[in-house]
Amino acid sequence: MTMKRLKDAVVAGARGLYLTIFALAGSIVLFVLSVLSIAFILLGIGVFTTPAVLTLLRAYANTYRSLAGSWSDVPIPHAYRPFPPDLRSGVTGQVERCSLMLKDPATWRDLQWLLVNMTVAPVVAVLAPSLILYMLYGWVLAAGVWEPIYDAGGGEWFAFIHVTSQDTADQAALLGTGFFILSLFVNPALVRGHFLLARACISPTARMRERALARRVDRLTETRHDAVDNSAAELRRIERDLHDGAQARLVAMGMDLGTIEAMIETNPAKAKELIAKARQNSGEALTELRDLVRGIHPPVLAERGLGDAVKALALRLPLPTEVDVELPGRAEAPVESAAYFAVSESLTNAIKHSGADRVWVDMHHADGMLRIAVTDNGKGGAVTGAGSGLSGIERRLGTFDGVLAVSSPAGGPTMVTMEIPCVLS
Amino acid sequence: MRVVLAEDLFLLRDGLVRMLEAFDFEIAAAVESGPELTKALEELQPDVAVVDVRLPPSHTDEGLQCALAARRARPGLPVLVLSQHVEQLYARELLADGNGGVGYLLKDRVFDAAQFVDAVRRVAAGGTAMDPQVIQQLLSRRSAADEPLGALTPREREVLELMAQGRSNAAIAAQLVVTERAIAKHTSNIFGKLDLAVSDDDNRRVLAVLAYLDQGR
Repeated sequence: MTMKRLKDAVVAGARGLYLTIFALAGSIVLFVLSVLSIAFILLGIGVFTTPAVLTLLRAYANTYRSLAGSWSDVPIPHAYRPFPPDLRSGVTGQVERCSLMLKDPATWRDLQWLLVNMTVAPVVAVLAPSLILYMLYGWVLAAGVWEPIYDAGGGEWFAFIHVTSQDTADQAALLGTGFFILSLFVNPALVRGHFLLARACISPTARMRERALARRVDRLTETRHDAVDNSAAELRRIERDLHDGAQARLVAMGMDLGTIEAMIETNPAKAKELIAKARQNSGEALTELRDLVRGIHPPVLAERGLGDAVKALALRLPLPTEVDVELPGRAEAPVESAAYFAVSESLTNAIKHSGADRVWVDMHHADGMLRIAVTDNGKGGAVTGAGSGLSGIERRLGTFDGVLAVSSPAGGPTMVTMEIPCVLS
Repeated sequence: MRVVLAEDLFLLRDGLVRMLEAFDFEIAAAVESGPELTKALEELQPDVAVVDVRLPPSHTDEGLQCALAARRARPGLPVLVLSQHVEQLYARELLADGNGGVGYLLKDRVFDAAQFVDAVRRVAAGGTAMDPQVIQQLLSRRSAADEPLGALTPREREVLELMAQGRSNAAIAAQLVVTERAIAKHTSNIFGKLDLAVSDDDNRRVLAVLAYLDQGR
């Protein structure tokens, strides 16, 4: 227990030291750069430097967010407005990006935070290492170092003790030890305090949260429309397949059976021929129904879940496909189904368009997120956008708040990454 | 020959019972769920089990799991699995223990009574009966890649396909309307080209073929 406390205090001390330097150096540099860059907008240069500097600033703030989460359990959400997907490239895109970033209230909160982070916040953080190091200084003084300092005329003060003799130096050592004991209790809290200051400055305000919620509602409305459209189209496809396929075959079979009934006595040879045809029709109707079922909800998916369903799918592909699955449980059926068809579509794309001769599928679940990567060694150049198969996958995943990312430089390889938030059971 | 039958759809179970009885099988038990199947296999020690993949209570792959568990308890217990759909994944799991005496067929194969009963007998005798769909998928997949299978003549591929389904040389000869000696020649050519040791055992033959098709994945 004491050992743990000691360790926590020392770790917090080291972190405090790191944060002090990180806060001072980072904040001052970024603040100066930002102010200069924004001022230079009037001259035109700023339009190009500002987005870069502000992106750097966001990365800095995000580093803080992740440190706060992992070191002190202080979650700091962010509320940067996302860029619209149709942002233009080139000079106009830069200007647009610059104005979007400057209009985002989160940018201004970040800048205000820099001021806090270069003044008050480092003081809080630096206390943690100081409490430990001060004890060492007190001991050094008590060990005799006070004498030459005193002789040189330096009236050395250790906190509130004026060190002028061995006696006062001993008191300093004692006080230093006291500081150290204090550090055992307050060090983690000091680091936490540093992060709490950051949270007070850069976590979204109520108004920003409201706007984020409104954006989310917009997105949900959009994905709901997509979902409804998709399922209506799917139903139409199923209806058509049943009508043109299995249903037609069963009708043909009924007609054949009727004819057989009529001619079984008069023309047994012909009847026998028709029986063979009827049996063939029933077999084909079954095959069609089976394919239809596979298209709606693959049997292996129902029986075994996502991992084995994708493995089974890989076995049917004409390309060697390696499937790596690490799923400790099963997701909800609709999520499994969406993920399965998304993988299936990515694989179809890879086979049809990439010219690859190997495909890898990797699926795992971590931090409440199902992550799937489909990679091929083909020629690359895949794009998302209206009408492409990839945007279909994106819409499918969007219904579950999932996202799709495609990395496909010309010359390959192509990597399609999907993330769907879900819990496994 | 004593059969334990597991199928949850009453009509199909009833039809299978009648068909097997017509071909002189003795139905030791005809059950409709996984737990009943496990119990029947344990207590009745049948010569062969005919099992539907999807069984209550879970309505997932309960039948397959029961069959695999029973084969772990009694290695080589002949099991013929029927399914509404065939998946290589399940075929591999059945073949994995290498003991033979397994079959995996589409339910539609029941329509051809003579062939179906032949498959049951082959499985009961320790052979294999794989659905042509599984074999075709395997072969078409492998031939797409640049593999030794490409070196086979069309006739040899035909023979390999039938061999992989579990047919004996005599049966293959009859189906392709050639002499048994011609088939023996084809098979030894196939084994040569695939670099497999020749074996007289029908069951090991199929396992060797499937094992070969399996490698390099």
